[in-house]
Amino acid sequence: MDDPEIAVWAEGLRKRFGRTEALRGLDLEVVRGTVCGLLGPNGAGKSTAVRVLTTLALPDAGRARVAGYDVVRDADEVRFRIGLAGQHASMDDRLSGRDNLRMFGRLYHLPERVARARADELLERFGLAHAADRIVKTYSGGMRRRVDLIASLIIAPPVLFLDEPTTGLDPRSRGEIWDTIRELVAGGTTVVLTTQYLDEADQLADRIAVVDHGRVIASGTPDELKATIGTRVDVVVRDVATLETAAMVLKSTTGAEPEIDRANRRVGVPVKGSVSFTDMVRELDQAGVTAEDVAMRRPTLDEVFLRLTGEPTAEEAAA
Amino acid sequence: MSVLQIPTRPVSVAGRLRWALADGWTVVRRNLAHLKSQPGQLIAELVFPAVMVLMFGYVFGSAIPIPGGGNYREYLMPGLFGMTAFTGVLATATVVAQDAGRGVMDRFRSMPMARSAVPFGQTGADIITGALAMAGMVVCGFAIGWRPHEGPARTMAAFGLLVLLRYAISWGGVLLGLMIKEETLDKLVPLIFPITMVSNSFVPTGGMPTWLRVIADWNPVSAIVAACRDLFGSPGTTGSAHLVWPLAHPVVATLLWSIVLLVLFVPASVHRYRTVDH
Repeated sequence: MDDPEIAVWAEGLRKRFGRTEALRGLDLEVVRGTVCGLLGPNGAGKSTAVRVLTTLALPDAGRARVAGYDVVRDADEVRFRIGLAGQHASMDDRLSGRDNLRMFGRLYHLPERVARARADELLERFGLAHAADRIVKTYSGGMRRRVDLIASLIIAPPVLFLDEPTTGLDPRSRGEIWDTIRELVAGGTTVVLTTQYLDEADQLADRIAVVDHGRVIASGTPDELKATIGTRVDVVVRDVATLETAAMVLKSTTGAEPEIDRANRRVGVPVKGSVSFTDMVRELDQAGVTAEDVAMRRPTLDEVFLRLTGEPTAEEAAA
Repeated sequence: MSVLQIPTRPVSVAGRLRWALADGWTVVRRNLAHLKSQPGQLIAELVFPAVMVLMFGYVFGSAIPIPGGGNYREYLMPGLFGMTAFTGVLATATVVAQDAGRGVMDRFRSMPMARSAVPFGQTGADIITGALAMAGMVVCGFAIGWRPHEGPARTMAAFGLLVLLRYAISWGGVLLGLMIKEETLDKLVPLIFPITMVSNSFVPTGGMPTWLRVIADWNPVSAIVAACRDLFGSPGTTGSAHLVWPLAHPVVATLLWSIVLLVLFVPASVHRYRTVDH
């Protein structure tokens, strides 16, 4: 597995913590210069996968290479080529942002002068120069994440791991982090991103790997994943009494079992293959159903996720 | 972005050692920078011993007789020096547990730095903060009438022993901080004081019940305190009828204790840091 176009490669990763099996044979392949979104519910094993790939944890079984180096055998070579920004801002919060970055620069053995210049350059470029000399403890949540992200960029690593980089952030801070990630990807960085937020994966990821119970259960581009479920037809009827009739019509035209949402006078059905939209409308009409709205739409990533993992996402659970 | 030259890791043993030392020094500088941003922490560490000086020097001390006679406050100061060297274990453990809990340690461990640099840097910085705390105590001591009586060489030897023991204790703190969460650590605070007090630091052990006296006499706190009293020429070193070996040879005993603690804790801490979460 020495293809230079593959930035991250893992095969059969297993990791057990006490009684829980966090990883049960995780496979992953990320092409250089792309963003791979690891998507999964809490406890699915996303973070453990990142910990193994960033040399923080040793796998019990399986192999992984990052930037061409084995994460176990050549851990130090890997460490020279990765950046990691975690769920918790991994900064020394009793030092200023600038002092943190200088310290990390020195730990990469950049000469003192270079470490200083690099810290200043990054703070300037990512809009944190105004707060650079305040201690990190006084930063807002968004600023902490940003400075944490910056700290992972000191050596301009070819591979960047972001473990839930926007969890708990307000929409504006989240947008800023997204912009930064896009900018890095445009510069050629490979990004592995874990997230519970589907819109985040949809926005940023070239490919998504859905992780559940320690394995990748589906992967592909967001479009490919949506296509696995197919299209949906939703009909909203005017009179709730005609809901059953409408459901029978949808069942006969598509062959699939419709879902009835009585509160919203809605009946929906997944469609695989091709169905004539006009036929469906005509048959509804003939059955005496007056439809207020008939819509054909692609499934959201949420629906894909729910279908694959059987669990609602964080956003749905919170709603 | 400017072109960044990323150094490559040296292959030679000497080169790697130089990198490890540089990493350790970076961590030392970082810990000392905390003093600059939070001078309150050092002050807090000094307030407790200062309160003890007042409580024991003036409140209880008036009722505590010293074997062979002498000024209780001169007897007390070596006890407080010894106690501070031990209570430092919690300060160290807290910093380490905070690092582990807040993810700084993860960042360190995801970087190509020497694995031993973090524990060595932490304990190295502790020598300096420990010496500063000790200096504060010396000022306190002078204010209440404590004096070293045996000349500069023996005085320096006493402080040398205190720093050595504090260093060994630091390593215990690193291990503790790597094994215990910050919240749990807070609950251990009340335990440290009985451990340091069941010793000769505040009162002569001669008056304790036999079982407690045995524990107190073999407590490493007693060894360092007796060594300090010896080297400062403080009262209370003679006239004890039950001298056990560590109190009869307190300097050697303190050296032995320090070596034993270092031999136990240094490899254990470095190993734990390397493999935590593996």
